[in-house]
Amino acid sequence: MLALSTRGLTKTYKNGVHALRSVDLDVEEGDFFALLGPNGAGKTTLIGIMTSLVNKTGGTASIFGYDIDKQLERAKSCIGVVPQELNFNQFESPMTIVVNQAGFYGIERSEARVRAERYLRQLQLWDKRNSAARGLSGGMKRRLMIARALMHEPRLLILDEPTAGVDIEIRRTMWDFLRDINARGTTIILTTHYLEEAESLCRNIAIIDKGGIIERDRMSNLLRRLNTQTFVLNTRGTLQAAPPVVGFGVRLIDEHTLEADIGKEQDLNGLFVELSRLGVEVLSMRNKINRLEEIFMQLVETGGQAAAGVAATADATGAAGAAAPPSTRASHG
Amino acid sequence: MDSPTQVPLRQSISRARWIGFKTIVIREYGRIVRIWGQTLVPSAVTATLYFVIFGNLIGRRVGPMAGFDYRQFIAPGLIMMSIITNSYGNVVSSFFGAKFGKHIEELMVSPLPTSIIVAGYTAGGLIRGLMVGGVVTLVSLFFARLPVAHFFAIIAAAVLTSTVFSLAGFINAVFARSFDQMNFIPVFVLTPLTYFGGVFYSVTMLPGWAQKLSFVNPILHMVNAFRYGFLGTSDVHVVAAFGLMLLLTVVLFATAVQLLGRGVGVRD
Repeated sequence: MLALSTRGLTKTYKNGVHALRSVDLDVEEGDFFALLGPNGAGKTTLIGIMTSLVNKTGGTASIFGYDIDKQLERAKSCIGVVPQELNFNQFESPMTIVVNQAGFYGIERSEARVRAERYLRQLQLWDKRNSAARGLSGGMKRRLMIARALMHEPRLLILDEPTAGVDIEIRRTMWDFLRDINARGTTIILTTHYLEEAESLCRNIAIIDKGGIIERDRMSNLLRRLNTQTFVLNTRGTLQAAPPVVGFGVRLIDEHTLEADIGKEQDLNGLFVELSRLGVEVLSMRNKINRLEEIFMQLVETGGQAAAGVAATADATGAAGAAAPPSTRASHG
Repeated sequence: MDSPTQVPLRQSISRARWIGFKTIVIREYGRIVRIWGQTLVPSAVTATLYFVIFGNLIGRRVGPMAGFDYRQFIAPGLIMMSIITNSYGNVVSSFFGAKFGKHIEELMVSPLPTSIIVAGYTAGGLIRGLMVGGVVTLVSLFFARLPVAHFFAIIAAAVLTSTVFSLAGFINAVFARSFDQMNFIPVFVLTPLTYFGGVFYSVTMLPGWAQKLSFVNPILHMVNAFRYGFLGTSDVHVVAAFGLMLLLTVVLFATAVQLLGRGVGVRD
């Protein structure tokens, strides 16, 4: 069953901005789905229409088969949303906020208090349950919005930048929590600017830009399309120039650092053999940028054209196709 | 005809809506009590000042009004004035505050129908209006003996007036885009209408043209219906006054539901 389905979804604001241009998008039940795009691409508008905070100007949308035009109450009862901006009453306590939210979904207060304890404990907010929400840290406020969204145990959880401004330790804890929620059957749609987060959590992905979906694929397929990855190598000895490695593009960054481009048909062993032969000892290695970030930049900068060329060659099982032409690759400093 | 599975479903939806309504009311009541210094006390202070200055100091020179001691005459009007301003003020500030702080989205994303949301906020205004009305009634008892001629007229007038102005406050809040716009109607419309609504004088004291003009003012009818409940006397036709209040309630409720349903002021 489809958790979310849109056809020809369009939104034009009164000022003439076309936020969405005929968006067709399906998200399967149980999926952990990434909806990525640059600022102003239309992600929040799409979520706003799903949650009835934005009026669409055209097209259809349904949540678990409930048409938002004809069965809005049913559709809304299936959704929990964690918005980008804080939108709870800062003068109320976390306990009051989550219990009231359950009430808005028709859950008795006695049951709401039980769930409130469960989710506030799981999100490490129980000790702050009676404090004014305005006194919570940024990370706690984000977690409070997740707890609030889960109070009616929605079938579809929409997270719009849930970890923005949250430190890495808490972000990792939130990831574990979200993986657990998803494993227990909740469909999750995630928008984030941390592409590492999307890569780590999501199985499927759509990239939206200028109001249109420019890519939609399994995460693994998309990552396999990456033609070339750039690695940063830290070396033991002092280097005066880039070693002449045959078959690999290797550049000297500083006297202890090299950058190497590895094509998808090449392997790292070959690079290490060559470096070893030239007497270069590698101490550590990392991706220069996140793999998804690299693909994302390619797709956005080419308006999906890079992806189109790739998608045409992707096989039915989602195996990797040809990569984007080198000329379309984004350069990152 | 309903299928067997539809009946319980409908019952559960009704139950869910009732819980949602109660939740809004509890939240509104919590807000009123939490900021009692802003919600309950000011009207008691204002009413005391009115009684001291207009009732005791100036009122002694005014003499009887419509056959009653001036303090007795103004007491129902002052109670009604506090009900009007507090009902209106509660909803306009609470709903606009929710828009401003974005927590109105908590309700907008929920499956609650707009009619329940409007009803919940209106009930909040009603609660504050009646609480403050009760406080001002207690204050007035220190200054004037208040007879009760028609108890149910008192209750009905208080409830209907409070409902009408709660709904009016809701509509104001829907349209308001700033705190200035939130205060515009109370300052430039509500206060003049209240003062010209027969709170401090009998409309029969006015010249003919002014009397006719005053009858257009709905607050005149509300104040007089309320005064009729206490003193048994009114400058207006009491049944027509209650009819007007009921009509305004229906019209304003339908308007508020329609506006919120269209997303005016809350949706892009």
